[in-house]
Amino acid sequence: MNWINAIIQGLMLGGLFALFACGLSLLFGVLGIINLAHGDLAVLGAYVAVALLPSVHSNALWALLFVPPMFAIFGYGAQRTLLQRSMQSGPLTTLLVTFGLSVVLQNALQEGFSADSHSLSVGSLVTKAFHPASSISISYLRLGILVAAVIILVTVQLFLAGTSTGRQIRALSDDVEAASIVGINTRHVAGVAAAIAFATVAVAGLADGMYAQFAPTSGSQLLLFGFEAVIIGGLGSLWGTLLGGCVLGLAQTIGAQADPTIGVLVAHLVFLAILAVRPSGLMPATVEA
Amino acid sequence: MSEPLLDAQDLTVRHGQLVALHEVSLQVSAGEVFAVVGANGAGKSTLLRTLAGLHPTHGRIRFAGEDITRESAHARVRHGIAMVPEGRRLFRSLTLEENIRIGQVNARAGSWDVAACYDLFGWMHARRHERVSHLSGGEQQQVAIARALVANPRLLLLDEVSLGLAPVIVQQIYRVLPTLLEQGISMLLVEQDVSQALRVANRFQCLLEGRTTLQGTPEQYTVHDVEAAYFGFTAEDAS
Repeated sequence: MNWINAIIQGLMLGGLFALFACGLSLLFGVLGIINLAHGDLAVLGAYVAVALLPSVHSNALWALLFVPPMFAIFGYGAQRTLLQRSMQSGPLTTLLVTFGLSVVLQNALQEGFSADSHSLSVGSLVTKAFHPASSISISYLRLGILVAAVIILVTVQLFLAGTSTGRQIRALSDDVEAASIVGINTRHVAGVAAAIAFATVAVAGLADGMYAQFAPTSGSQLLLFGFEAVIIGGLGSLWGTLLGGCVLGLAQTIGAQADPTIGVLVAHLVFLAILAVRPSGLMPATVEA
Repeated sequence: MSEPLLDAQDLTVRHGQLVALHEVSLQVSAGEVFAVVGANGAGKSTLLRTLAGLHPTHGRIRFAGEDITRESAHARVRHGIAMVPEGRRLFRSLTLEENIRIGQVNARAGSWDVAACYDLFGWMHARRHERVSHLSGGEQQQVAIARALVANPRLLLLDEVSLGLAPVIVQQIYRVLPTLLEQGISMLLVEQDVSQALRVANRFQCLLEGRTTLQGTPEQYTVHDVEAAYFGFTAEDAS
């Protein structure tokens, strides 16, 4: 029964990883940007909640109402200014710019909030759980994060598939120049894609802050798990991102079930194994030549 | 005399140190098919891409009386310039119908819509949900034309529409052009196939190494004159 519990915990942890990876996958799939500041942006989202909530005891769920919209605006602005300009100079420049952004964010957060760990309060929700069997415990918070991840990924997928702006984003990811000659304002549409990516990373940061403690330097670890989920799932595939997150979460909890000290190591080893066997991921984006 | 629909003056385009176009001028009137011919590397596609807004240029471009020299590519679509690019450049992750609909995002008002394109190309409706990568080259070319038409252009830029297609398919595509002219769409087409271009064009311009070597109506010149301008022969070379 403990193994079944490990699988359930792994799936719920996978939801958090998928949330992290969603924005990463979107930015890479649409704009070709490898955002090295992604993890730090998630941490920034959590710190924005710390700064703007009335007290440390305020329920952080309220932050979901204002932090993601703030990040959407931030993402649009960052794309239209910093990222757009760097993209014109090539992918290496974009990589360096996002690395620079990562360093700036970490240092700014350390200046503003010290190096101490923080967490976001969700009241009694953090300990509430239900027990479908004696050795199975399902936390409402963790289940909520998994459900949120699925809802966000499905919504983004439906948006891309079923709306005019979504089609424009997909066209942009196929061929930027052709998109411009059919009348698409490519800079605006890229900004919209970045806005969605930044909003999802804000949700991921808030979820992580409710789930665990965070510090200004936590972003690197989050980025690593986000990248691994994207690569396991397949670059540019949102469904693959969800699958990648779940595989990573399962590997970690099942590894930890075997030996509590090797959970994270097992997750990284599974990532390496999948990369070696299926470099394009388990569900690569089905773009045909 | 009324102002031409498109008036491009002294266009000069550089790719690094290379001058791809050197002070090229052309005018296209409403209701006209204008052909730009020339060998590989003559600057034909660069000229079309410049008119579509994909290359910055020295010189001046006026369209329907407005200066559009500094306008972006997507803004030029709104003015009424649509392009069928070389190699089709369809969006591979989109279906046939999505590829056509995407051409409407910055469209002018007009009679061309998805249904009108299905009327023009009868086979499309039944295959509208297929990925474009499943279509043949000729079918993809027709989708690219439909995608440009739904923008309701006043000027259609056609870049090497016959490239890589079987002659029978090329004939099918060229048969559509008179219908578009009847609907008030002027055309500026770039072709390596000189005889094909001159059959449909009212006027033409020949480019060689980024410079204009000949221009006029097809009736003004013999095939020999055009070939000489196309390859850069002098009268002595030819004899």
